[in-house]
Amino acid sequence: MKRPLTPPPNTPPRRKTPPPKLGNVWLSHQMSVFLASLGHLLRSPLASLMTTSVIGIALALPTGLYLLLENVRNLSYEWDSSVQISLFLKQEVDEAKAHILADQLLQRPEISNVQIITPVQALQEYRNLSGFGEALTALETNPLPFVLIVQLATNDTQAGSRLLEQLGKMPEVEVAQFDMLWLKRLFTMIEIIRRGVLILATLLSLAVLLVIGNTIRLAIYNRREEIEIYKLFGATNAFIRSPFLYLGFWYGLSGGAIAWGIVDLSFWLLQTPIKQLTALYHSQFQLVTLDLISTPILLLTSALLGITGAWLAVGRHLKEIQPS
Amino acid sequence: MIIFNEVSKRYPAGYEALKNVSFHLKPGEMAFLTGHSGAGKSTLLRLIALIERNSNGQIVVNGQHLGRLPTYRIPYLRRRIGMTFQDHRLLVDRTIFDNVALPLVVAGYRPQEIRRRVRAALDKVGLLTKEKNYPITLSGGQQQRVGIARAVVHKPAILLADEPTGNLDPSLAKETMQLFAQFNQVGVTVLIASHALSLIKTLGYRTLMLQHGHLVGDTRISRPLR
Ligand SMILES: Nc1ncnc2c1ncn2[C@@H]1O[C@H](COP(=O)(O)OP(=O)(O)O)[C@@H](O)[C@H]1O
Ligand SMILES: [Mg+2]
Repeated sequence: MKRPLTPPPNTPPRRKTPPPKLGNVWLSHQMSVFLASLGHLLRSPLASLMTTSVIGIALALPTGLYLLLENVRNLSYEWDSSVQISLFLKQEVDEAKAHILADQLLQRPEISNVQIITPVQALQEYRNLSGFGEALTALETNPLPFVLIVQLATNDTQAGSRLLEQLGKMPEVEVAQFDMLWLKRLFTMIEIIRRGVLILATLLSLAVLLVIGNTIRLAIYNRREEIEIYKLFGATNAFIRSPFLYLGFWYGLSGGAIAWGIVDLSFWLLQTPIKQLTALYHSQFQLVTLDLISTPILLLTSALLGITGAWLAVGRHLKEIQPS
Repeated sequence: MIIFNEVSKRYPAGYEALKNVSFHLKPGEMAFLTGHSGAGKSTLLRLIALIERNSNGQIVVNGQHLGRLPTYRIPYLRRRIGMTFQDHRLLVDRTIFDNVALPLVVAGYRPQEIRRRVRAALDKVGLLTKEKNYPITLSGGQQQRVGIARAVVHKPAILLADEPTGNLDPSLAKETMQLFAQFNQVGVTVLIASHALSLIKTLGYRTLMLQHGHLVGDTRISRPLR
């Protein structure tokens, strides 16, 4: 029944193996556990896909909102060259008078810059923007007045309003109006929405933690007997913990990948209407999407959430499982 | 190697499974632990491996006072002990090889060393050809021997066996006991819980007898008959 353990005749004599380097053994063990935990995830693809999809959707929501917000902010930054007042001059004001007025205005301390837009320039710009080019060329005379674009030296809206009132009463001025005042409001709103997104992101991250924690808890209970046997033969808590932490890592990472897919697809769908919109504003606007910096951040965050969720579950439930 | 000094074990429910048990098992000794069902045999083995903690008295295993052993040191105590169980406790979704390798994997042995030792252990119990099988394909006796291979693969100083011949026929039971005797001959301290009194008597080893938690007999036989 019992055969002596001798090597087959054609193998060279075994050299004495060097003493084990624990670091390498540990590392190769961790590597194999790391990959085995991925295998564990792939063995029940449907259940794993469901869990990772929940994680993915939960992460896609704040990520997408954040990107949307970044885009709106970029757009408005581009439009915003501090506060401007447009002065539409009366028809009878000619170029020389417009220049004199511009020089006068520049003397005032509240004003940092004055730009003159001639009727020709205005018409050209209007043609380009509005798409009524044909109709406008048919006009015999240019109906547009001189316009002065006044840059304020201050961001103070009250001072701006006072100045607007004063400028509106000047005899050469037909109409004075703030340019893109709504931008200022938009900025305040963006700040509010940004905080909202931050709160949402925090809440949804918490939800991801719970989802992963619960998934890991189930995995622990499914392998309860195995854990007991490992403990009976001297497994440390760290030994038993690591496969579950890796499992959490894989759940988090694949959830992050799904979130990336959802966000990328959504922005791809948004791209055409956004291009049309920005073209109308004559803008060099580039859509901000998940790039080489934000993508790794998303994946890293989701993987970290996975490990943290797993850690919480493992910490709570591994102690409960003791061999009997 | 194993010292019990006035050891009692009271389970949380209040039942006292062991009462003032004292004995000393020397290094390299082999002994049987016998008694009726419910006498406390399994409980005594569980105390040695710190699966349960004793309520009173002192236990010294391998020179370590178990009462002073912090929880985080328990895994290292268990690595010096090999155990077999009445219900085998094999992992059904792992091969025989993987089952036997478990104590070595836990202790961080390198793969080549694991292969070598697992094969040697399986060879010793006569199951080398079954290494790629799953436990379900083996008979009860074969599963018991896989459990024995797993218990000795890491060359423990102490071997604890709980009812290793539970449902084996007499000749297989005797063979299994002889296997334990072989491990004992190479220096392993062996303690076997078994209620198969007649078989134990023919083997002629020291026998500790439990009755309702009391140690009522400790028969020493100077030379084991083989
Ligand atoms: N975990 C437990 N909780 C409460 N009572 C237990 C537990 N394990 C065993 N017992 C009781 O302790 C006594 C001894 O059990 P055990 O050591 O398993 O006996 P044996 O192995 O000799 O049959 C029995 O009466 C049993 O009911
Ligand atoms: Mg028992």
